[in-house]
Amino acid sequence: MIATNSQHAHPPQRVVVAHVEDRPGVLARVASLFRRRGFNIESLTVGHSDEPGLSRMTIVVDGQSAQVQQVERQLFKLVDVVSAIDISERPLVARELALIKVSCTPQGRRDIIALADVFRATVVDVADASVIVQVLGDEDKVDALLRLLRPYGLLELVRTGRVAMVRGSGTSKPVPVSEIARRAEEERAQFGRRPDGALPFASD
Amino acid sequence: MKRNGAQILLESLAAEGANLIFGYPGGVVLPLYHRFREYPQIKHVLVRHEQGAAHAADGYARASGRTGVCLATSGPGATNLVTGICTAYMDSIPMVIITGNVARDLIGRDGFQEADITGITLPITKHNYLVMRASEIAPAVKEAFHIASTGRKGPVLVDIPKDVFIEEADFEGYPDQVHLRGYDPVTIPSDLEVERAAAILNEAQRPIILSGHGTLQSGATDELVALAERAQIPVITTLLGISGFPEDHALSYGFMGMHGHYFCNMAADHADVVVGVGMRFDDRAMGRFKDFNPQAQIIHLDIDPAEIGKNFHTHAPVLGDVRQSLRALLPHIASTTRPDWIRWIDDVKAQHPTDYDAEGAEVTGPWLCRAIAQQTQRKATIVTGVGQHQMWAAQYYNYTRPRQYISSGGLGTMGFEVPAALGAQFAQDEPVWSICGDGGFQMTCQELQTVAEHKLPIRYVIFNNGYLGMVRQWQELFYEDNYHSVALGQPDFVKLAEAYGVTALRATTRTEAAAALREADAHDGPIVLDIRCVEQENVWPMVPAGAALSETVESAEAL
Repeated sequence: MIATNSQHAHPPQRVVVAHVEDRPGVLARVASLFRRRGFNIESLTVGHSDEPGLSRMTIVVDGQSAQVQQVERQLFKLVDVVSAIDISERPLVARELALIKVSCTPQGRRDIIALADVFRATVVDVADASVIVQVLGDEDKVDALLRLLRPYGLLELVRTGRVAMVRGSGTSKPVPVSEIARRAEEERAQFGRRPDGALPFASD
Repeated sequence: MKRNGAQILLESLAAEGANLIFGYPGGVVLPLYHRFREYPQIKHVLVRHEQGAAHAADGYARASGRTGVCLATSGPGATNLVTGICTAYMDSIPMVIITGNVARDLIGRDGFQEADITGITLPITKHNYLVMRASEIAPAVKEAFHIASTGRKGPVLVDIPKDVFIEEADFEGYPDQVHLRGYDPVTIPSDLEVERAAAILNEAQRPIILSGHGTLQSGATDELVALAERAQIPVITTLLGISGFPEDHALSYGFMGMHGHYFCNMAADHADVVVGVGMRFDDRAMGRFKDFNPQAQIIHLDIDPAEIGKNFHTHAPVLGDVRQSLRALLPHIASTTRPDWIRWIDDVKAQHPTDYDAEGAEVTGPWLCRAIAQQTQRKATIVTGVGQHQMWAAQYYNYTRPRQYISSGGLGTMGFEVPAALGAQFAQDEPVWSICGDGGFQMTCQELQTVAEHKLPIRYVIFNNGYLGMVRQWQELFYEDNYHSVALGQPDFVKLAEAYGVTALRATTRTEAAAALREADAHDGPIVLDIRCVEQENVWPMVPAGAALSETVESAEAL
C-alpha cells in the first residue's frame, strides 16, 4: 500500500459492519457477493463478536452511498448474515494495527525508537540488523509513520485493515427492517430519483 | 429410531410433501437410490440429462406454485444442473436441489467425480448446504424448503457426501421449525409505508401499474384486480408478470419492455405515477434507465429490500409480500375514474395495435401464436423457449389464468421449453403446449424420451424458421445483415420425434398448420409439430438495445 498524506487522496470509503454466522464458508459467501456485484473491498477483518456463534466483519468499501446501500442490502440477503449496517455517517472509533519491519544498524535504533515514540508506537522486536515497530491508530497515523520509516529501509509490512465501532451507547447491531424504508426516503431526498454514479445501461 | 442418511432424506422429503423428484442417478447417490423403493409416496422421474431435471423441477414449480425438487449425482451430474439452477435463481423459482458428493474424506482431494458444487452455485442459489453428518440432513432439508419457498423465492441446494447417505443417526421425526436468525423476510408492510404510497396514488392523474412475477408468486391476482378497478388504473405486466393480471380485463394492456406492446411502453413513459408490483425494474422491461419517464413518481411494492432503489430511487417503497401489501393498500385507495387517461392509452393502442402479421399462405410467428390461441381457446398452459417465438407467444396469446405463461425471463435459457413443459405437465392434467424454437428444441430434445415414457400429453410446436431467429434479427438490424453461425442445419424433426416413439406432424402452410394444430389438440399423448415458418421475420415492436421506452420502433425503417 502506498502511504499518503491526506485522507482526501483516498477514494470515498464506507465502513460496513456485518454480523455473520460463525460457519464454514461464510467468508466465501460474502467474498462471492462482493465479486459478483462488482464491489471493491479495501479491507475486511473478521473476528468473534460479543454474541456466541456470531462473527463480526468490518468491511471497508470504496464507492458512493448508493452503491454501498446495495452492498448493505445484498449482504443482508445472505442467509448467514444476521445484520449489515453502513456506519460511515456515524461518529466512529476506527483503528488499524500495523507491524513494520525496518532495517537498522545498532547505531540507527535510537532514531527509530524516537520516531516511534512520537506516534506512541512501540518497538516489539530488535535484531542485529532490524527492528519491528508496532503502531496502532487510524489509517492516517499508520500511513504517516510508514512514510517516515520508509527511508530507513522497509523490509516488511503487515496491516490488519480497519476495525470500527460506533461511539457512544449506540451499536452496529441489527436494525429493524423498516429502517430500510426510512433510509430509502432519505436517499431519495438526497439524490433525486436515480442512483448517482456509473449507471447500468440497457444491456444487449 | 436409527435411520441412515438416505432414509432420513427421503423421510424429510416425504414430510415436506415433495412427492415428485426429477433426477438422474450416479455413483455417489446409489445409497439413496437403494432406498427409493421404501418410499413409494415419492415418485422419481428419470430424465435424460440433469439439465432437464432442473428445468423440469422449475417448470413444475412455475405451473403449480409448489417447490420443485431435482436430484443429481456428484461432479458432472451436479454441474449439468447449473444452467437450470441459474435459470430458477434469476426468476426467483422455489426449488430444492439435492446433489451427492464424494465421501467426506475425499472432499478436497479431487476425488473421482468431485465438484465443489456448493462453491460453484454460491452466486446462483438463494442459499446452499454441504451436509457433513446424517443427523444434519433433516434440519438442512427443512431449512432448504423454508428458504426456497418464503420471502423472495429461489433455489436452495443441499449437497450430501456419499458416506453421509450411509451413516446412521437418530431420527426423531422431521423438525417442525427452523432457527435462522439471519433470515426473517418481512411479509406485512408497515402502516407508514402503505399510507405514504396511498397518498401518492390518490393524487395521481395518470397512474400505471407494472405488475411482475411477484404478483404470481404471492397469488395476488384478485387483490391486484381489486386495486386496479377501484382506482381505475391501467395494468401493464412485465414478461414474467404475464398472466398475473387477466388479459381479457378491460384495464389490462398486456406486457411492456423490449418487445412489449407499443402502447404499453408509451403509457409507462407518460404516467405520472408508476406502481411497480412484485417486479424489479429490469433493463429489458424499462429500457435505458436514465431516460425512463423522468417525471414519474415511483411506488414500489416488493418483498426484497435489495430491489428497492436498486435501479431507480423509489418515492414510496412498500416492503412486504405483494398480496399483503395490496390488501393493506386497498382500504386507503379512493374510488375514482380517469376516462381521459384511459382514452389516451386506448388511442395510442388504436393507432399502434400489436398486429405485425404479414398476409400470405406462409406461416408467420404472430399467425401461429394466434392460431394456437384459437385452437386452445386461450386456456392452455404455454411453456416457451427463448427468442422470437417467446416474444410472439407473449404478444399474441391473451392469457387469462395465473401461471399460464411459463418462460425463462431473467437468464433467457434456450432449451428451457422441452423439459420445463415436462415438469409443468406433472402439475396438471390439461395438456401443456410448448412453443419451441428450432434452436432451443435441439438443445434439450433428449427429454422426449422421458415425455414418451410417461405418456405426457404435451404439444410441442416447433416454430421452425431454420434460424436462430432473434440472433438473426439482431445481425440484420445492428450488424449490417452480416449473418454468421445463425442458420441452423437441422435433423428431420418428425423422424426424430418418431424415433422417440412420439407422434409428429409437419406443416408448411397456414392451412396445413391449422390442421396440424387441430390434430394435436385432439391427440392422446405427446405430439411434436414441425411447423415451417417464414425464414426471415422480425419481432415488432422493439426497443433497440440501449434505447429508452419512448424510442420504441415498429419497423426496421424506423431504426
